[in-house]
Amino acid sequence: MIISVASGKGGTGKTTVAVNLALSLKNIQFIDCDVEEPNAHLFIKPLIKEEVKAYILVPEVEEAKCSYCGKCREACAYHAIAVVPGNEGKKGSVLIFPHLCHGCGACSILCPQGAIREINKDIGLIEIGQEKDTQFIHGRLNIGEAMSPPLIRQVKKYTNPTRTVIIDAPPGTSCPVITAVKGSDFCVLVTEPTPFGLNDLILAVEVLRKLQIPFGVVINRSDIGDAKVENYCKQENIPILMKIPFSREIAVSYSEGVPIIKKDASFQDKFINLYLNICAIKNEANNCH
Amino acid sequence: MKQITVISGKGGTGKTVITGSFAALAKNKIMVDCDVDAADLYLLLHPAVKERHEFRSGQTAVIDKKLCNKCGKCIPVCRFEAIKNDFRVERFSCEGCALCSHVCPRGAIRMEENVAGEWFISDTHYGPFVHAKLGIAEENSGKLVAKIRQIAKEIAQMQALDYVIIDGPPGIGCPVIASLSGVDCALIVTEPTLSGLHDARRVIEVAKHFNIPVKLAVNKYDLNLGMTEKIEAFCRKNDIPAIGKIPFDEAVVKALVEGKTIVEYAQCAAGTEVRKVWEGIK
Repeated sequence: MIISVASGKGGTGKTTVAVNLALSLKNIQFIDCDVEEPNAHLFIKPLIKEEVKAYILVPEVEEAKCSYCGKCREACAYHAIAVVPGNEGKKGSVLIFPHLCHGCGACSILCPQGAIREINKDIGLIEIGQEKDTQFIHGRLNIGEAMSPPLIRQVKKYTNPTRTVIIDAPPGTSCPVITAVKGSDFCVLVTEPTPFGLNDLILAVEVLRKLQIPFGVVINRSDIGDAKVENYCKQENIPILMKIPFSREIAVSYSEGVPIIKKDASFQDKFINLYLNICAIKNEANNCH
Repeated sequence: MKQITVISGKGGTGKTVITGSFAALAKNKIMVDCDVDAADLYLLLHPAVKERHEFRSGQTAVIDKKLCNKCGKCIPVCRFEAIKNDFRVERFSCEGCALCSHVCPRGAIRMEENVAGEWFISDTHYGPFVHAKLGIAEENSGKLVAKIRQIAKEIAQMQALDYVIIDGPPGIGCPVIASLSGVDCALIVTEPTLSGLHDARRVIEVAKHFNIPVKLAVNKYDLNLGMTEKIEAFCRKNDIPAIGKIPFDEAVVKALVEGKTIVEYAQCAAGTEVRKVWEGIK
């Protein structure tokens, strides 16, 4: 089963829930898909055994073959190519803007001269490691790189279906989140009982309904704020999988990069219970232990 | 005119609470919410929408079932795996490159423009406010950010405003880069946690990469004094002015629940320090 942990609003406790859930269970593969700001490794502290560079394909023009016809520029939906045609004996030129390129390949496939080949552009790093029984994978987007979805897609290629897979998703509701949660069997939405938490939860719920992924909610810092998140969940028939009251102990433990189950073993049962709640909803009780 | 963007790298460090307070403290400014896929600033500013505009951006492939003979040429060329084996286009996977429409021998695939969201110009009792709502599961958030920043800048120039104050999104990717480009100062709001520091360092690198001057404030600093000291040491080493330490304060959530900015809600420790942060940035 693939369980992703997401939230519309940032800082509600996605990584806390994902990490503690993973460390409470056996035979886990943990995939941190928040490639812009990966944090789970700070808590799991895996031994990184393998590093793989991640690339996207960007065009490179062989000027000797190029006729400056401009087909590539027309084909590029992202305005990543400019063509200056030659005139009066002067050679033309082709300019490529790699940071705008989505790597779709249209220019190279459609070039009538076969003058465009695709070369690798480095966008980030994938690190693969292990901590005890838990397999760990995350991606790190290069600084200044705008597009995270290609890296998220490449990180997810390492998904190991023989294990229970836990995906830590980035915050928000747009393409990076969708790329991260797509293909999950279940999504845990972590929120907090404040107007910001509720506003962004409603957006995240709309996303998951559109993607047709079953989901439930974890309310973190459940005793601050107001009751509106809980009322919303009841109204919408959204299962509340777990409530975590605010505690300074959890906040301090988080700040130090220590998973709360390592400080207070009673939390392990609570996270196992979260998993069992998910299983019950998925009606896969036989696969759970 | 000075443009200031509030960012954090890590989400949930208090960007919007602090930006909301700036709305109450700054004079002669326009507010902009650039966290377009989870926009929250409106919950503090209570805007009356004056203008509403569609945001059209990007395209999606549409297959005409009558013309399609299921030859299958479109499926392998799509690098976004958006065309399924039953010749259905998965809308949220399609990035609008149009390659499928070019390779289709029957001309059965057309590209349709997306309505990817909406943007608004509003009145608030803090002054003008430009904000947006990205459509559910839509992309191009960076372009929507660029759009509303341009509108805000035009209004600021027209009305001779002193500040454009921008609430930025979390992360370091395209909407963050679009929120940062060309601003006069970025305020990094972080928290005294290992993740807070880790993420702040990455977003500071992004700001430096684009030559944006950076200042930093630590929110909830008293939750871990040792980590706050580490963040301050990092700032000293990198010549980043640390302009405020905001204490953990229960009044912050209470103000939020009432839809009020912290500086207007009550005399409280957090509010006092946020005023200091504004003095350090304005």
